[in-house]
Amino acid sequence: MTTKPEMTASEIASAVAGRKMSALDATEAALARIKQHDTILNAFTDITADRARAKARAIDADIAAGKTVGPLAGVPFAVKNLFDVAGLATRAGSKINRDRAPASRDATLIERMEAAGAVLVGALNMGEYAYDFTGENVHDGPSRNPHDTTRMSGGSSGGSGSAVGGALVPIALGSDTNGSIRVPSSFCGIFGLKPTYGRLSRARSFPFVASLDHLGPFARSATDLALAYDAMQGSDADDAACTTRGLEPTTPLLANPVSDLRIAIAGGYFQTNLFPEAVEAVGRVAKALGATRVVDVPEAARARAAAYVITTTEGASLHLDRLRKRPNDFDPAVRDRLIAGAMVPAPLVDRAQKFRRWYRAQLAEMFKSVDVLLAPATPCTAPKLGQVNFNLDGVELPVRANIGIHTQPISFIGLPVVAVPVPLEPLPIGVQIIAAPWREDIALRVAYALEKMGVVAVPSPRGF
Amino acid sequence: MAEPLDDYIDAVTKALALPVEEAWRSSIRANLEVSLRLGRLVDEFALPDETEPAPVYTV
Repeated sequence: MTTKPEMTASEIASAVAGRKMSALDATEAALARIKQHDTILNAFTDITADRARAKARAIDADIAAGKTVGPLAGVPFAVKNLFDVAGLATRAGSKINRDRAPASRDATLIERMEAAGAVLVGALNMGEYAYDFTGENVHDGPSRNPHDTTRMSGGSSGGSGSAVGGALVPIALGSDTNGSIRVPSSFCGIFGLKPTYGRLSRARSFPFVASLDHLGPFARSATDLALAYDAMQGSDADDAACTTRGLEPTTPLLANPVSDLRIAIAGGYFQTNLFPEAVEAVGRVAKALGATRVVDVPEAARARAAAYVITTTEGASLHLDRLRKRPNDFDPAVRDRLIAGAMVPAPLVDRAQKFRRWYRAQLAEMFKSVDVLLAPATPCTAPKLGQVNFNLDGVELPVRANIGIHTQPISFIGLPVVAVPVPLEPLPIGVQIIAAPWREDIALRVAYALEKMGVVAVPSPRGF
Repeated sequence: MAEPLDDYIDAVTKALALPVEEAWRSSIRANLEVSLRLGRLVDEFALPDETEPAPVYTV
């Protein structure tokens, strides 16, 4: 059996486990695609070819010996370069971190993906220290949109979006503090899961904002997203915020009907600051699901403001010593935002964290009568690389700071979200499927149903 | 002409021993203005004295 560029992870795993394809063939095919296309996409910063081949050979040996292999056997994947990869310095998109000693152990989520049989093929480009929505990077160059390489991949997990959207790998991992999984998913036209805050271990990944940091997967189908998510679940004493809840597998529940779910459209704040394509995308998804009820999310603008304040101040605190010692080695735009963050008075940060409690209680009340909330993932399709401003509701605003205005009020209280790709022309755009805390299964179920209906789909890359 | 936030920026720069160069000042000021505007939006919202921060979900 030959490999095809757009084989899903589940197709690869099934072929490998069924001895129709070797794990080494699947790995070599991914490495060949990366070699052929990454000179344009610039999604990868490190390619771990030797490690990948060794892992693939070990899987093939297990299969030959009749041993049981995991649900991701032979599936190539890659990780945002803020995940520790044994033997590599964890650069986190920065110049400064390249001076760190190589990591001695993989991040927990890499260990869990590999325990399920997946094969790590490399580390991915990202915005410096994850303080970014564009996918641009002054040190490594921008990761590019696979549907139009003159456009942004979205950030900060830009390489993850570009690599999966460009079909270089079927699965990638990224992080999401304010939207950094959902924004690249939207711009690159792929599925992305930001789980509940605390659900997946962040151990041995480089942090940004401890109060808001999440890790999660990207994929080219809802099934693959669920497979990767299920493989990574589980408590971890190495992450203080990681839940001790038991495993809650979602893959067996994917095909359950969605007709019993109470699905609503987020109103008010979430229906403003949108380009027509974002309105169209939410409308298509709502219509397919029969959702007509609109619910207002109280104080969403203030939630976004509070997320902004917590982000800039916790980020500044994290980098304070680097700002003192190596200010000229930062991207100047990131440096100046972090220095300004260090100057925000502490009472405003405390009030932002307390407002978070109030806001969380309001949404918990809302989720008593709603199972799923639909909202735009981004205000627009992918802007041009280097684009500085866009016009939202008649106001000229900076692109960089405003791409995540619809994602920030959701991650602020850690709600689980699947970003689903609506294949509009000429460019795709995402919609957020938002569920109550710990109900990733519901968001994934809705994503799967929409995919089966043909309303959401990952377009073939056509930008290169 | 000095901007309203410049004295504050100078004072915090000194207090935190941050090496701020003059060329960075306008960008830092612009970022700080946005953070303070959004911080005011949070500050204006009345909360009970007993409100606790909420960083982590508990099972």
